[in-house]
Amino acid sequence: MSSDVKRLSLILLFSPFALWIVLLILLPHIGMVALSLREKVAPRVYEFGFGNYIDFINEPIYWNTLLRTGSMSLLVTALALLIGFPVAYYIAKIAGKRSRGALFLMCLIPLWVSDLIRAFGWILLLRETGVISSFLIWTGMTDHGIEFLYNDVTVIIGLVYTVILFMIVPLVSTLDGMGDDMIEAGYNLGGNSLTVLRRIIIPYAMPGIVAGCIVVFMLTAGSYLTPILLGGKNSSWFTEQIYDQFITRFNWESGAAFGFLLLAFTSFVVWLGLRLSGQSLTNTVART
Amino acid sequence: MTYVDDRYNMTAADVFDLECTGISKEFGDFRAVDDVSFRIPSGTFFSILGPSGCGKTTLMRMIAGFEDPTRGDISIKGVSVLSTPPNKRNVKMVFQHLALFPMMDVYDNIAYGLRCAGAAKEEIARRVADVLERVALPDLARREIHQLSGGQKQRIAIARCMALNPDVLLLDEPLGALDLKLREAMKIELKLLQHQFDTTFVYITHDQSEALVMSDYVAVMNAGRFEQVGRPEELYHAPKTAFVAGFVGDSNRWKGRALEVRSDGIKVETDAGLSVVATAYGESPIAEGAAVEIFVRPEFISATKPGEPTPPAAGENEHTGTIDSVLFNGANSRVLVRSPSGTLIEADVVVTGSGEDVREGDPVRLTWARAQSMCFSV
Amino acid sequence: MARANTSKALLFGYQAYIVAFFVFLAAPLVAAGTFAFNDSLFPSLPWQGFTLDWFFNDTEPKLGMFHDRRLLRGLYYSFVIALMVSTLSVAVGTTNAFLFVRREFPYKNFFYILMIVPLVIPGVILGISILVLASNVANTADDRFGIELEFLRPGLFLVVLGQFSFITTITSLVITARLRKCDLSLEEAAYNLGAGRARVLFTITLPFLRPAMIASGIVAFLVSFENFNTTLFLVGSESPLTITMYDRMAKVGSTPVLNAVSFFLMVGSGLLALISVVVQRPAPSE
Repeated sequence: MSSDVKRLSLILLFSPFALWIVLLILLPHIGMVALSLREKVAPRVYEFGFGNYIDFINEPIYWNTLLRTGSMSLLVTALALLIGFPVAYYIAKIAGKRSRGALFLMCLIPLWVSDLIRAFGWILLLRETGVISSFLIWTGMTDHGIEFLYNDVTVIIGLVYTVILFMIVPLVSTLDGMGDDMIEAGYNLGGNSLTVLRRIIIPYAMPGIVAGCIVVFMLTAGSYLTPILLGGKNSSWFTEQIYDQFITRFNWESGAAFGFLLLAFTSFVVWLGLRLSGQSLTNTVART
Repeated sequence: MTYVDDRYNMTAADVFDLECTGISKEFGDFRAVDDVSFRIPSGTFFSILGPSGCGKTTLMRMIAGFEDPTRGDISIKGVSVLSTPPNKRNVKMVFQHLALFPMMDVYDNIAYGLRCAGAAKEEIARRVADVLERVALPDLARREIHQLSGGQKQRIAIARCMALNPDVLLLDEPLGALDLKLREAMKIELKLLQHQFDTTFVYITHDQSEALVMSDYVAVMNAGRFEQVGRPEELYHAPKTAFVAGFVGDSNRWKGRALEVRSDGIKVETDAGLSVVATAYGESPIAEGAAVEIFVRPEFISATKPGEPTPPAAGENEHTGTIDSVLFNGANSRVLVRSPSGTLIEADVVVTGSGEDVREGDPVRLTWARAQSMCFSV
Repeated sequence: MARANTSKALLFGYQAYIVAFFVFLAAPLVAAGTFAFNDSLFPSLPWQGFTLDWFFNDTEPKLGMFHDRRLLRGLYYSFVIALMVSTLSVAVGTTNAFLFVRREFPYKNFFYILMIVPLVIPGVILGISILVLASNVANTADDRFGIELEFLRPGLFLVVLGQFSFITTITSLVITARLRKCDLSLEEAAYNLGAGRARVLFTITLPFLRPAMIASGIVAFLVSFENFNTTLFLVGSESPLTITMYDRMAKVGSTPVLNAVSFFLMVGSGLLALISVVVQRPAPSE
């Protein structure tokens, strides 16, 4: 192939990529940051400044919500890992050859069911007139309906539920690649279950663990439906604040500032996670 | 310029299917192929034998057109093909892992090249059927690739190329992925197929037994150069370089020093202190006191128990020792003998299974002819 | 023996945990699906008997989903959006795969990370940032040149762009992984047999990529169909199904017709997910 043709085809292959990244990712985010640095001084009159960020700091409700969103997202991520890891390990390493495929399929098939339907299902189960409450009345354990919705525990359960498959699926793929002989060698060389888990299995699964955690954390921190539907009006999730600024108050400047804060916060957590675990974005999230 | 002996050129007469002149290929500072020249007469089974990394695959890829040589020329049927793109050269290639197209069945694999050439439907059907007949797999046309056995895949890969009547067929270690038994069978089969198609085969391998069994001519390649080109038995019995002597066939290999150079032989003392009478091989002369390397093939060393009649070669090289271990391998059984100097010497023995056989710890006498000690200057 | 017993008990406990997990996984989905068949005006117990009215009945108050204009329109828009997003993202995903697997260029690793980044940006932020940029451009065009760029206002086009912006990362990763596995010698063999560049692409490389293209296309379709966060900010008057359902839930409250839609979507997405898994399965004996 002559070098001219090579160059031309490289440009042709590069341009869709460049258009996508520049027009839909870079420019919009630059625009968002620019907008967030614009203060409204009078109707249709704006000037440059950090007013929107100062408002954020001065209003405890805002930053409390961000901190709450962040800490609950971390909690959800940790829970998803704790609950999901044994499941993934069972599917990849303990289950028989045939049940393994079936179990993994049972994880893959509901993977893409909408948050809305998941939350809707929980509402039907947990509300005052819901299935669990009715069941408790029927068994005589209580004589009036119990409202399980609209509290933090329910929000956390709902969020863990929504995201856990995104933890399990990468974990299964990673653990699947680990030969049983490696675990057996670990025992053979005198390790007990705990050392084998700590020294062999977890280090091996680290890329999968980090990939799962990143995706789960991002999905949780950015989720909107689950906290609102299961937590009700007072769920105080940060995405609600963004929605509120954008759609209800039509204050785009402040909404853009909030958006940037959420992005900065989640990016920081992801960066920290990668740093602490010694992994990179390329060998975790990019593995499919 | 690699030396090609006269007989070889004479049989070649006038038609050369493939001719390479002064071919070099450099990747940055690394010279993968270094000034290689050779000519292959029509209908020859020609092997290029060398260790991995010797440049043989690069050489083949240049012939196929996937790499451009840095210097030199490649001609097919007397016409230079350097400016011909790979898809227009009439050189077909059987890839190392065969590269059969998994998304097509056997018929479509074989028809692929014919379709590229724009052949008519009936013509394609006729030629596919014909070539399948010739590789003795006439009923496999509609089989999927993954349904074939290893040997069948091999033959389909060859059929796919032969359907196009190539001037030269290149084979890049196609037996490498097969298990031992099948590999042995395929060696013979490849040779028969080559006779049947009467096309020039250029076969690349690192396995000396493949090269020796199948080829009319073998080129031994090392570090980008051809060390020697010749018939298999020439390479085996008359190696021109120490590398060829070591690479082709098994040998006892000792480093040493030439003590005395005479017209009827060279007296050598090995580094371990074994003294050997040897014959000079190779092109560079050996001076007294020079460092040398000696190769003695195990089948030329006879091991006799004390008291048994002495073989005729006695007197030229004769050493005593004790048997360190017996390496039983049927007809190819050997003993490892430790000489008083501590050197381990391999010698072929016949193990009959009777009480007469040599055993570990037995004293033995080793003898071999001076002519069988191939001595090269280092 | 004692050891064997404890490990047996442990294994049993482990299995019980796995069963409990799958019950947890299934419970809300079963609840959401089952009430679609309850002959009641409310999706709650007690069970009033089996009915298909919430799918097929054509009169209020039990208007079935297949007669509910708004839901059908939402379904239609979702379908159109998902189709466009999956087509576009598979196309760009394929060119990206060729770019990153087959080409060398400066800062390749940096660009590769840029390709992954959209996947770790919260969907809400993708939505607002694209909304902000599009509105800016549209406003500027309007103010300066008096041109009304209708397609940059919230609507179908922006929804497609918004979803495309991160779904392309998914398709790129899947197709890239497949192209990396493509044995270059297959293509060389095709050249060797006399094929030209285009022929090699269409007879060897693209057929090899096809399973990944289909599977990633299906995943793109599903992700687009169920997307809410990004879509929420970009949607105009053409609401896709998730938005319509959410409005219905927030304004009217839950009715079994929503269960019917949920059931329909779960079965549909489950089947598509199954197909995507099956196409990507390696061929036998390979």
